[in-house]
Amino acid sequence: MIRAVIVMNTQGKPRLAKFYDYQPVEKQQELIRSVFAALSNRAENVSNFMEAESIFGPDSRLVYKHYATLYFVFVFDSSENELAMLDLIQVFVETLDKCFRNVCELDIVFNYSKMQSVLDEIIFGGQVLETSSVEVMKAIEEISKLEAASNAISLIPYASGWSRR
Amino acid sequence: MGSQGGFGQSKEFLDLVKSIGETRSKSEEDRIILREIETIKRRILEPDIPRRKMKEYIIRLVYVEMLGHDASFGYIHAVKMAHDENLLHKRTGYLAVTLFLNEDHDLIILIVNTIQKDLKSDNYLVVCSALNAVCRLINEETIPAVLPQVVELLGHQKEAVRKKAIMTLHRFYQKSPSTVSHLISNFRKKLSDNDPGVMGASLYPLFDLITIDIKSYKDLVASFISILKQVAECRLPKSYDYHQMPAPFIQIKLLKILGLLGNGDKHASGQMYNVVGDLIRKCDASSNIGNAVLYECIYCVASIYPSTKLLEATAEVIAKFLKNDNHNLKYMGIDVLGRLIKLSPDVAEQHQLAVIDCLEDLDDTLKRKTFELLHKMTKSSNVEVIIDRMIDYMTSINDFHYKIEIASRCVELSEQFAPSYHWFILTMNRIFEHAGDIVDIKVAHNLMRLIAKGFGGDHESADSQLRSYAVESYLHVVTEPKLPSAFLQAWAMIEVICWVLGQFGTADGNYSASYISGKLRDVAEAYSSDETVKAYAITALTKIYAFEITSGRKLDILPERQSLFEELAASRSADLQQRAYEFRTVVHLEAHAVKSIMPFDVSCEDIEVDITLPFLNSYVQQSLQNGAQPYIPEEQRSGTIDISNISNQVSRESSMHALKFEAYELAKLPAPSRPPLPVSNISTELVPVPEQSYSIREANTYPSIPSVSTSGPPELKLRLEGIQKKWGRPSYSSSPPSSSGVSPSPASEISQVESAASLSSRPQDNYKDLKKAEVEIAPEKQKLAASLFGDSSKSNKTTGTRHNTSRSDTLSIDKSTGSRSSVAPAVETKIPPQPLPDLFDISDQTVAAVATTSVDSFMQLGGLLDHNGRCSSQSDAVIDSSVGSHDNVPLYSDLHVSGQSDPPSAKSKDNDIKRTFSRGSIEAMKGPNLKDALVKDALVRQMGVNPTTQNPNLFKDLLG
Repeated sequence: MIRAVIVMNTQGKPRLAKFYDYQPVEKQQELIRSVFAALSNRAENVSNFMEAESIFGPDSRLVYKHYATLYFVFVFDSSENELAMLDLIQVFVETLDKCFRNVCELDIVFNYSKMQSVLDEIIFGGQVLETSSVEVMKAIEEISKLEAASNAISLIPYASGWSRR
Repeated sequence: MGSQGGFGQSKEFLDLVKSIGETRSKSEEDRIILREIETIKRRILEPDIPRRKMKEYIIRLVYVEMLGHDASFGYIHAVKMAHDENLLHKRTGYLAVTLFLNEDHDLIILIVNTIQKDLKSDNYLVVCSALNAVCRLINEETIPAVLPQVVELLGHQKEAVRKKAIMTLHRFYQKSPSTVSHLISNFRKKLSDNDPGVMGASLYPLFDLITIDIKSYKDLVASFISILKQVAECRLPKSYDYHQMPAPFIQIKLLKILGLLGNGDKHASGQMYNVVGDLIRKCDASSNIGNAVLYECIYCVASIYPSTKLLEATAEVIAKFLKNDNHNLKYMGIDVLGRLIKLSPDVAEQHQLAVIDCLEDLDDTLKRKTFELLHKMTKSSNVEVIIDRMIDYMTSINDFHYKIEIASRCVELSEQFAPSYHWFILTMNRIFEHAGDIVDIKVAHNLMRLIAKGFGGDHESADSQLRSYAVESYLHVVTEPKLPSAFLQAWAMIEVICWVLGQFGTADGNYSASYISGKLRDVAEAYSSDETVKAYAITALTKIYAFEITSGRKLDILPERQSLFEELAASRSADLQQRAYEFRTVVHLEAHAVKSIMPFDVSCEDIEVDITLPFLNSYVQQSLQNGAQPYIPEEQRSGTIDISNISNQVSRESSMHALKFEAYELAKLPAPSRPPLPVSNISTELVPVPEQSYSIREANTYPSIPSVSTSGPPELKLRLEGIQKKWGRPSYSSSPPSSSGVSPSPASEISQVESAASLSSRPQDNYKDLKKAEVEIAPEKQKLAASLFGDSSKSNKTTGTRHNTSRSDTLSIDKSTGSRSSVAPAVETKIPPQPLPDLFDISDQTVAAVATTSVDSFMQLGGLLDHNGRCSSQSDAVIDSSVGSHDNVPLYSDLHVSGQSDPPSAKSKDNDIKRTFSRGSIEAMKGPNLKDALVKDALVRQMGVNPTTQNPNLFKDLLG
């Protein structure tokens, strides 16, 4: 099972943190900090796997991937395959990329809730739900459509017009 | 909303994000967020807030909490929002609630009702978000409230809902198996769902179930195999393909399940061979996910009943993994090697150089994985090299957690495989020196037992050699000036040192009693604040003087030592005091008396302890007849009992109850350092003060324990021992019968055998070294390889022929015939694999070589061209990376990005290089889109968000 998904930038600021086992806020911060400390000590050109038992307790593994200014970190247990998790990160990022067209950190910062929806379509309660970014996109678009529709009904014209194209 | 790159938030929120992005310190950030919290707190209570506004407040709260601040005042609003009819708001509400609350939160009870309603909704998206919340928010008590609805959803027409319902049930099962135990059959049923996605989802719970109970799922083996076959043959719809692999995650899960089911089951495994073999053959090893499936295949092969054909196939794959430049694959290679090594020990030898490369790699993860592998392949022949490496690594890291682990591994291995006692003692010294504060105290006890027992039997001379070696090495340790700092935390080490010096310090006559006792005193002084160490030291001193008296030498106690004892006799610690009194008494006794209370070399004799203290029976009877109270066990006592007649120094200081505990606690610690047998004699017979208090307590607390007659020798001496035990000095000497289990005796036997073996193999070693020097590729590595892998054959040979000892590594014995030929060739034959092909077929090979080089240089050229800034203006050029020039894509696209936002280009290039492999097979579905980025840039600038120097790459395309 996947225990946590953390996205943070290269300065250690969390951009998304989702723990599939409940962790109190302080503990979350502590975990994020120690993950960042460990990650920033990693050299370039090394493997994407990291010892995580000292941070997350026994039977935990960590896979991370560095994209431009962001770290994507998945923490999971021995029932998952490391390489597969690495690809799941790839799926996540690819989906975000499709979602935002050339995704960059800024998109992620400003579309926090959307990123959460994408993640929810990929990982469900700690298990891998969907691995095809096309399928995830379909689900997301469907949600967006419905949301837009329901928004239109209860509409308030203070349109976020500047953001629409 | 706003999938086109817009941000559906207000200016305020953007400002917040922006200002946080530009903060320079944590405190500045905290200040901003606290202000934000104040604002939201105020606003959120205003009447009639539009819901759209409320939604944004809640998102802002989520954001605030992610940054580590308390937003609990808004939880209730999130719960309310989840009640909303509007899907967008409902989803936001659920999102916030799942992030804010845990399953035991008070507000959960408010949300359960909403969930129940939503699970019945006609809109499947509402159902999905409710299921999502269920996974996170429903605890054991509330499962029954939603269970019927969830089960109903298993038959929902939408496959997405069915899938989520299955996973929700799985989640319930994880949280509390008993609540869904009657529904487990559903997982089986869903295995035959029309939709492959639903089928795939059912594999997760089945995997969990099979892990617990393999037997009842054996009947599914055939189904799993046929599913795997169908998946591998691409029978699933195209939409399940991922990077040209058909449903890899389903394949991985299936392989995991098959591995479980086939474990130790020849029949079931037989059915799997074909499909797994096919998979290994067909798998695309160029993509990341392909390798993930390959890894899973090997894992499966390693856990099912072994098939030689499959093992051969896996060996090739492992070779590919290890030779790859990608660290991830190396890691996986090492990992599977560790799994296969039990099945075929020679697998590792084929890859020795690769393994050593990994050991010397800069990557910590890889290094640790390799140590794990070494741990599994340790034999008596390579233990020295491996332990040496491990300790070196241990001293170089700061990671406390891993240090403990590797230290205990070192101890375990050296106890198991020690080639000689010299080596063992030295190794233990090193381990104690670097990790003395974290190794288990049992390790020290085992070491002491080993030294005391020696090898047993008819090896008296070897034993005494061992002991004098130990004494010498410890004296060396103690004499070193750095002792206090290096060993300050190494309690275990100090304990061993004191005990060994006390017990054997003067035994071989090399050192005088006064020299040893001087050293012991130094130890006691160095730890002036530590009672435990002082106790070790003083007991050791007592023993030394006792042995002096026994052997009839004239006792000559220097005044400063005398003063040490005087000082301790007045110590505040009852324990130290008692030891000092014991000492004082012992030194004034006759030689024969001392001999009987401090016999030499009985530290290993088993002491029979009858905890029922039968010898007290008559006394108890008598007391009862005289009207004494029967014994009430401690836990039944009400707390106040009359033990006021116990008076010693400690009791005056603390309450009576506390005294009781003190006595137990204190007495336990120092016990290991002394042979309890003589001590007990002293304390009960000779020392008046403590004896009194003890015996009174004995009478008070233990008089009516039921008696069982013992088989133990009925001498007075032994019985008194029993008392001593009872009063809390039991740890070391009483443990041998139970805790000795694993290590010492086998270790000592083995190590003896090995010491003989290693001696005999020295000349060969030299010869081999010479040989190795001739080999041109990295001689030290080869040497290391030989010592890790190659030597095994040789030393197995020697041990195999000479001593037919029953060893744990019997696997290697059958192999010894194969590799018997000699060691040096083994080294040589393993080097040439790369040059070898050249010799075979010159013409073909050269052509191929030319071809590859030309391709390479071409690619390099391409890279150079791009890199030189001649990046073409055609931003929509489509590069199909599957053609093979992976390198070009990222480099190319990266230049665009760097052109527009000026990131340190060297760094980004590195990133790209790192990515090349894993991204290799991703289609270049979109060119680097300059226009997009510019539009985005303009948009945010318009809003007043500018990328600052703090984060210049904010616009950087994540995918390059």
